Amino acid sequence: MAKAAVKTATAARAPALAGRDFSATGVKLAVLAPAERISLRAPAASVAALSKALGVTLPKAPKTSASKDGRTALWLGPDEWLVIDEAGGDPLADCAGVKALHSAVGVSHRNVGFSVTGPAAAATLNAGCPQDLSLAAFPVGACSRTILGKIEVVILRTAEDAFRLECWRSFSDYAFAFLSQAAVDAAA
Amino acid sequence: MAATHRISGHGRLTPAKTVRFTFDGQSYSGLAGDTLASALLANGVHLVGRSFKYHRPRGILSAGAEEPNALVSVERDAARRTPNVRATVQELYDGLSASSQNRWPSLSFDVGAVNDLASPMFSAGFYYKTFMWPKAAWKSLYEPKIRAAAGLGVSPDQPDPDHYSARFEHCDVLVLGGGAAGLAAALAAAETGARVIICDEQAELGGALHFEAGTSIDGADGWSWAQATAAKLAAMDNVRVLPRTTAFGYYAQNFVGLTERVSEHLASPGHDLPRERLWQVRAKRVILATGAIERHMVFADNDRPGILLASAARTYLNHYGVAVGQNVGVYTANDTAYAAAIDLKKAGVNIAAIVDLRDNPAGALVDEARALGIEINHGRAVIKTGGRLRVSSMTIQPKNGGGERNIPIDALLMSSGWTPSVHLFSQSRGKVAFDDATKRFLPGTYAQDCVSVGACNGTDGISATLDEAYAAGEKAAKDAGAKAGKSAKPKAETSESWAGGMLGAGPGAGADTTVKAFVDFQNDVTAKDIRLAVREGMRSIEHVKRFTTNGMATDQGKTSNMHGLAIAAETLDKDIPAVGLTTFRAPYTPVTFGSIVNHGRGVLFDPTRKTAMHGWAEAHGAVFEDVGQWKRAWYFPKPGEDMHAAVNRECVTVRKSAGLFDASTLGKIEVVGPDAAKFMELLYTNPWEKLEPGRCRYGIMLREDGFIYDDGVVGRLAADRFHVTTTTGGAARVMNHMEDYLQTEFPHLNVWLSSISEQWAVIAVQGPNSRKIIEPLVEGIDMSDEALPHMSVREGKICGVPTRLFRMSFTGDRGFEVNVPADYGQAVWEALWAEGQKHGACAYGTEAMHVLRAEKGYIIVGQDTDGTVTPNDAGLDWAIGKKKTDFVGIRGLTRPDLVAKGRKQLVGLKAKDLKVVLEEGAQIVADPRQPIPMTMIGHVTSSYWSENCGRGIALAVVIDGRDRMGQTLHVPMPDSVIEVEVCSPVFFDEKGERLNG
Amino acid sequence: MLLIRCPYCEEERPELEFRNAGEAHIARAADIAAVSDEDFEKFFFIRSNPKGIIYERWRHIHGCARFFNAVRDTVTDKFVMTYKAGEPKPDISKLKKESGPAAYANRPPDQLNVKKPAAKRAPASKGDA
Repeated sequence: MAKAAVKTATAARAPALAGRDFSATGVKLAVLAPAERISLRAPAASVAALSKALGVTLPKAPKTSASKDGRTALWLGPDEWLVIDEAGGDPLADCAGVKALHSAVGVSHRNVGFSVTGPAAAATLNAGCPQDLSLAAFPVGACSRTILGKIEVVILRTAEDAFRLECWRSFSDYAFAFLSQAAVDAAA
Repeated sequence: MAATHRISGHGRLTPAKTVRFTFDGQSYSGLAGDTLASALLANGVHLVGRSFKYHRPRGILSAGAEEPNALVSVERDAARRTPNVRATVQELYDGLSASSQNRWPSLSFDVGAVNDLASPMFSAGFYYKTFMWPKAAWKSLYEPKIRAAAGLGVSPDQPDPDHYSARFEHCDVLVLGGGAAGLAAALAAAETGARVIICDEQAELGGALHFEAGTSIDGADGWSWAQATAAKLAAMDNVRVLPRTTAFGYYAQNFVGLTERVSEHLASPGHDLPRERLWQVRAKRVILATGAIERHMVFADNDRPGILLASAARTYLNHYGVAVGQNVGVYTANDTAYAAAIDLKKAGVNIAAIVDLRDNPAGALVDEARALGIEINHGRAVIKTGGRLRVSSMTIQPKNGGGERNIPIDALLMSSGWTPSVHLFSQSRGKVAFDDATKRFLPGTYAQDCVSVGACNGTDGISATLDEAYAAGEKAAKDAGAKAGKSAKPKAETSESWAGGMLGAGPGAGADTTVKAFVDFQNDVTAKDIRLAVREGMRSIEHVKRFTTNGMATDQGKTSNMHGLAIAAETLDKDIPAVGLTTFRAPYTPVTFGSIVNHGRGVLFDPTRKTAMHGWAEAHGAVFEDVGQWKRAWYFPKPGEDMHAAVNRECVTVRKSAGLFDASTLGKIEVVGPDAAKFMELLYTNPWEKLEPGRCRYGIMLREDGFIYDDGVVGRLAADRFHVTTTTGGAARVMNHMEDYLQTEFPHLNVWLSSISEQWAVIAVQGPNSRKIIEPLVEGIDMSDEALPHMSVREGKICGVPTRLFRMSFTGDRGFEVNVPADYGQAVWEALWAEGQKHGACAYGTEAMHVLRAEKGYIIVGQDTDGTVTPNDAGLDWAIGKKKTDFVGIRGLTRPDLVAKGRKQLVGLKAKDLKVVLEEGAQIVADPRQPIPMTMIGHVTSSYWSENCGRGIALAVVIDGRDRMGQTLHVPMPDSVIEVEVCSPVFFDEKGERLNG
Repeated sequence: MLLIRCPYCEEERPELEFRNAGEAHIARAADIAAVSDEDFEKFFFIRSNPKGIIYERWRHIHGCARFFNAVRDTVTDKFVMTYKAGEPKPDISKLKKESGPAAYANRPPDQLNVKKPAAKRAPASKGDA
């Protein structure tokens, strides 16, 4: 039996790009605070039970999201959601008690979130995202995994002129540099 | 120098707004709104370059993007030197500095012009015929010389300091071309509320209205209507107006590439402005309103400076207020050149004569010209011109022969008619059709949702054009889903006609003599060259094109293709459609690499991925190596240490005490679901069903053909949850491979995969002291050998944060891999480092990691395997579940070649000389005295100096290697043959006792 | 850049989000360990590479991440239709006649290549049990 662990200081969290932001005409970028995230996979039969446990109704339609009390569920695929909790909740724990078939995997640290806001927000993303981000094609609440330049990202339209963008941690330098360059040109 | 050729009261530029510029070092003055070409002409400068092959003096032919002659270098500074800029497109800015090309020592005296005298040598196919023998001379002599002599302009040799941007854009209706047709179409579409983009390559929209002074629309002159319409469109929320923007490529499904020249026209562009912006537009409907291009006349010496297209002269007069000469001749086969003559005459320029190839020209324009007292010589041809650096005379003759007459001139306007610009239509995969009545190729069968309007569709006259374009705009918007709009169709009151003309060589092109009647100015192709090509057996126009290079210059034959085709057809005695048309390819006009690359340079060329502990490694002097996109710490040199010393120290320290290693880049996949073990059984060779939760196993993944695809340690966290690791380089493809099987072959399994590569930072702590270093920081995990034996995994806490703690080893010594959520990676590393310092541990990099694993004979997939290595070849048969009836690769493993004798097997190699470190990749032979080429029986896959073993060690794959233990083999090197002994791949601690040491 | 209709996302998306995954409808034998060398060769090595209509697999890898099947004309690059993985190979002889003149075109939404085979997906879906 090993000896009891000595009390050590709790490791400090060092999020990537913490606090970084950038402004240009018509658009502001900010690195968002850490959030709790899970990658949730489940068959249709489990959606109701999971929705109940999470307190947010998992969207079933492609390219849509649902949001409630600081918790957002993004449809990424027919059996895949990204759940982001910005209110201090623990979606992984909430799913732990659900008996219905599913897979919940914690990915809080995997992603870095950015906000891209302002009238030129969509143009900023369109510097590297090939999707149609007009309000007609990509309304408020729409979300999608897609491409930004040479990396994969998830985008969510949070308001007419505001997006949340998520990428994997090691791609965050690229994402921030890309968005900063794009922002400078976005007012055109 | 004063701008003496500007005619007061003409043109649309403001006389007070002067702009200074230089050409070949000479200072000039132009006006804001000028192109370089118009400003040069305003200063009486016609000679602007030397031709490509014959170095003949050349002037300005056109007033637009089709320009084949006036190619200059524009230089902002040493790094911003752009060659082959068309002076007719480059807008003037204050301080612009341009220079001519393809001349030495000077533009007016050019040594290369001897090529012109020697031109009988340089006929079509000259290169093909002349430089064939001796064969060996091509590479050593001919090609370098030709390459040195070829090419126009000089590329900058410094990195491009400008930046370029890009935008993906979507719209309902994309209108390509902003002349009358494009504007009317855009207006109609825009008024329905549809999303509309209209682009035009010129600075101001208007197209032919730049010069068509006789047009009036909706009560205004054509130009004013165009400007008002463009302004109206620009003010609409649903419309984007893009001037200075060329649609250069039309791709599948209405995907069109536009390049916008954002700051090329500015004297001092702000730092934030890109030089160019690439628009990649996806349009529901495309309207092609690309207009038409005027053709020159083909006759002897039709290339002298001062000879230009009639519409160009008209543009210079009506838009820029510049007279291209004071005593101007006109040579034409259609009516539009009359309009140019009339405009010039009214502006006070003497028209020496109009020479019209037609026998009985008639109509309002002819009458007006006659009324103005202009001499009209119908049924006659210009057969040659005089002058050296500027045209000084034209010689005319009845077209069927007869007396010659010499007429002094200082400029010559020519027009043989108009070629509809079907380039983009053709790029869209539409098929053109030849209209025999008007002798032109017009859009025939459409392949995409687009429509052509106006001159590019062969529609003649402004009235018909506006009607057609407006209707097309309305329909396109409706087809794209828009509602009907308000009707405000523009109406033309007066208009001009562009019909008529001729194709091919005029009488002045001469017989097949030394006469140079240019068809393609940019590539110096003459009528004679095309006839010669046909005579030498070229039948297809594609062959004629390549043999003569007609239309192969950067102008892509905008002025020359139809003439070339007509001459070939005439020589072949075939109809034009029977000869065919060469393919139009993107780009329509040259596009900069900057525009294509746009944001993707510097840090955005490729993502650079860094781990959570990167900053610590950097601060502690790590040297990094690139592993895919990752930066990985390679070794940590102390002051005075070279790589060798640092790696030796790291390797020894790990085995003596312990080392910390950043293993975060390993791919990680969480496999979750009641069928997780079943899925693992199918994807890996190993058995998994019976692996206890809390235990780990080294897994091998095969492709269906039986070859090793990836490997890694897999921990079973719970009955329904596995934590899979992959190689760093394999992370993405292994995930794809697993998803592929799960979704398409085994979709019945209740299991899901999630990438957790970046969720967890991984700190490997390896060495005899590893447990002592970790234990004080851990809560909730019993780390004794009994509770946490080799190859096990526990979840608990370290430094107060969650961890998945693996006991595993890639060094052969006692070892652990500490997984913590990535944002805690650096802090936990620092805590472990502090503990490690108490025990003399070190940080080690990927090089030491490689050496340590090689000492134990652990393979690295992709280094010791190459996609043709089976588990048996690698000595890993033990990892195949013998009782399993299915896994990916099970059938491949029994393929005849994979079970045959004589396969290459993984072995160790020891050089007889302890100090020798073999070259990785070196070939191995059994008998070094055999004749060359020797029979190679294997190669070295990994090789290092092992300080722990006190010798060089190597892994190799050798035919039947395991049967050769103890044999001496040979590694031939350029300067010697190295003797090696085949041995076990395990060089250190063969019994594996140190895993618990 | 092509537009490809993802049958899971139910809309056309830019080609950049997709990755081709080779020929479709090449089934892995349930008892693959027992297949003959000849059958294994056909299964693993031999591909049709037709000029004209090809049945192929794509993955919407940077989108919904699903694998699906497509019928594409290798001459025009036109997608005749796309359908979900596991659905039977469609009979496109009828569809081809309907494809109209704009063989290379971006159809409006109501005319998109949305026609799906009527048959249900062959293997049981997850969680159906």
